[in-house]
Amino acid sequence: MDYFIELLFSGLTRGSIYALIALGYTMVYGIIGLINFAHGEIYMIGAFTSFIVATVLSIYGFPLLAIVVIAGVAAAIWSSAYGYTIEKIAYKPLRHAPRLSPLISAIGMSIFLQNYVLLAQTSDFLPFPELIPDFDFMEPVAHIVGSSDLVILITTTIVMLILTFVIKFTRIGKAMRATAQDRTMAMLVGINVNNIISATFIIGSALAAIGGLLIASHIGQINFYIGFIAGIKAFTAAVLGGIGSIPGAVLGSLILGLTESFATGYVSSDYEDVFAFSLLVLILIFKPSGLLGKAETQKV
Amino acid sequence: MFSLKEIRKTALISLWFVFLTFPIMVIKVDPIERIVRWRWDNALYVGLGIFFLRLFIEFLKEKNSIRQAAKTTEEKESLSKIHIIIANPKQRNILVGVLLCAASVFPFIFDTYQTNIMITALMYVVLGLGLNIVVGMAGLLDLGFVAFYAVGAYSYALLNYHFGLGFWAVLPIGGGLAAMAGILLGFPVLRLRGDYLAIVTLGFGEIIRLVLENWNEFSMGPSGISNIPRPGLFGLEMSLNGSILYLYYMMILFMIFTIFVVNRLQDSRLGRAWIALREDEIACQAMGIDKRKTKLVAFSLGAFWAGIVGVIFAAKTTFINPASFTFLESAIILSIVVLGGMGSIVGVIIGAFILILLPEYLRAFSEYRMLAFGAILVAMMVFRPQGLFSTIRRTYTFEKDK
Repeated sequence: MDYFIELLFSGLTRGSIYALIALGYTMVYGIIGLINFAHGEIYMIGAFTSFIVATVLSIYGFPLLAIVVIAGVAAAIWSSAYGYTIEKIAYKPLRHAPRLSPLISAIGMSIFLQNYVLLAQTSDFLPFPELIPDFDFMEPVAHIVGSSDLVILITTTIVMLILTFVIKFTRIGKAMRATAQDRTMAMLVGINVNNIISATFIIGSALAAIGGLLIASHIGQINFYIGFIAGIKAFTAAVLGGIGSIPGAVLGSLILGLTESFATGYVSSDYEDVFAFSLLVLILIFKPSGLLGKAETQKV
Repeated sequence: MFSLKEIRKTALISLWFVFLTFPIMVIKVDPIERIVRWRWDNALYVGLGIFFLRLFIEFLKEKNSIRQAAKTTEEKESLSKIHIIIANPKQRNILVGVLLCAASVFPFIFDTYQTNIMITALMYVVLGLGLNIVVGMAGLLDLGFVAFYAVGAYSYALLNYHFGLGFWAVLPIGGGLAAMAGILLGFPVLRLRGDYLAIVTLGFGEIIRLVLENWNEFSMGPSGISNIPRPGLFGLEMSLNGSILYLYYMMILFMIFTIFVVNRLQDSRLGRAWIALREDEIACQAMGIDKRKTKLVAFSLGAFWAGIVGVIFAAKTTFINPASFTFLESAIILSIVVLGGMGSIVGVIIGAFILILLPEYLRAFSEYRMLAFGAILVAMMVFRPQGLFSTIRRTYTFEKDK
């Protein structure tokens, strides 16, 4: 039973991290219909930025809480800046191009960013500083649920609630939903669509950066390649839930996290990534619109 | 030449990039020794680099718009020199003859090392032409092309290891197995739209690689298979140099064969169906083209070439492991097709030579190879989506009777 609960929590932790990344995919897809292939790289850059900032601060002897806060904020700021710039360089000029052009451009961007970090930093795995301490009150259950699991679950829940609030009730959230529904109509009612698209990229990137910080301190090491696998998995989660749908992304991520956790726990850990890819292939073949997505009809 | 406003904007943009790249370019930490290195010179390079890059791009844009304005009067589209030569049969024959002569004396002028690089480049030409069928002609973005390449390479390695089959026996088998893998992948993904199809093929490619890596009993896992024999010639014993020479000429002949086939395919009923499919699926179906069959044939034909090159790759390196078949390999082949011009045979050939030979000869910059590939994909899509040498669409002009 303990093993089951352990797997359950590790699955939920994984799932909530995937959700932070998957939200970026789904929001961007909802608004401009593009699979932002470079999104995994944004997450990787977030993890790297927080790694650099946290290590520098810890070398200069800052207290732990200050390190966590500053590293988190720095990661969010720089990831958003990258997301914003990528959109301006690689996607904005292609807004009216054929469907495959922005996708190829996104793949190019992803390869470029990976190698940029590889060349500017290193190809080795780097030890990530332990930002989440082991709490005393978690001591009795520490063998089942780690402190970092708890922190990740709480943080992602708070972030999700804030995001839901922003999208449901604020001006910018309403503008986003309007743009997603019909871009031309949104323009007609006076929404600056370019700014809304930029805002979507910024919010999605910030979420990915928070995910990067959390997972890096949970796993304890990073390198330049973590974005690729995480990106594909988060994309799988987004498609599973129905791409374009925000609750769908969260649901899909949790299902994917739990599936992976139980499959590696009870079946085999060698094929961890194969499960996710097979799930992706199966969903796309049998239910491309996902669990909560709308089926798209093609008009002629 | 540039207004002050333009220069100020450029300066601001380069400042933004200095900020953007600050943590990753400037700071380098060593978490074990606990040392921080501040590399301020990198910030300077980024700033200056972006400043001049943007000025250069703006300059090109301006020049282009002037040229565009001048060109409005004459309707004719400007064709690149290569196209003019190809359109003229006499000049084309001369060009092909010169190239053939150059290719046949190449190994005698240069050493084995150069010949080896040339073989690699020729392999990528064929891979590019194979992917060009799928991506360029049929418009199906396949990101898992390397999977078929892996199927070919592993079928030679395994069939040789277990059953002692020779190179020439496996060559068609490897191609056939890869084509079958193409059909197997093609069947379920037929219904998917372009971008979903890309991701599924990517997933498929990764699954194949992960299975090869983990299924030790079948593929010997990450350590790979070594001692794969080189191709033989009627049981003739050959020295290392001799076999490289042999492989080189075989590859040249094979490339010519590929070009011939692809070129014939392009103008065939099937090729025209692919192009129609790429342009508009619904209209294409309405014209009575069997979408299923056309797509499947595109997949399996593309995979067939990849499988054959896979067999040759295994024979050339005599050692394969799953690390040779990562997503990056697919990305390189895709860059070749995109750089050359999707759907253009000449473009793909030149693209392969540029992308494979240039990094080899610019050794100093070889670590920037993948960085450049990424940048090429983005830059080509933004500035020149049709590629360096775009295809010429067949046009028929109506001529009035005099």
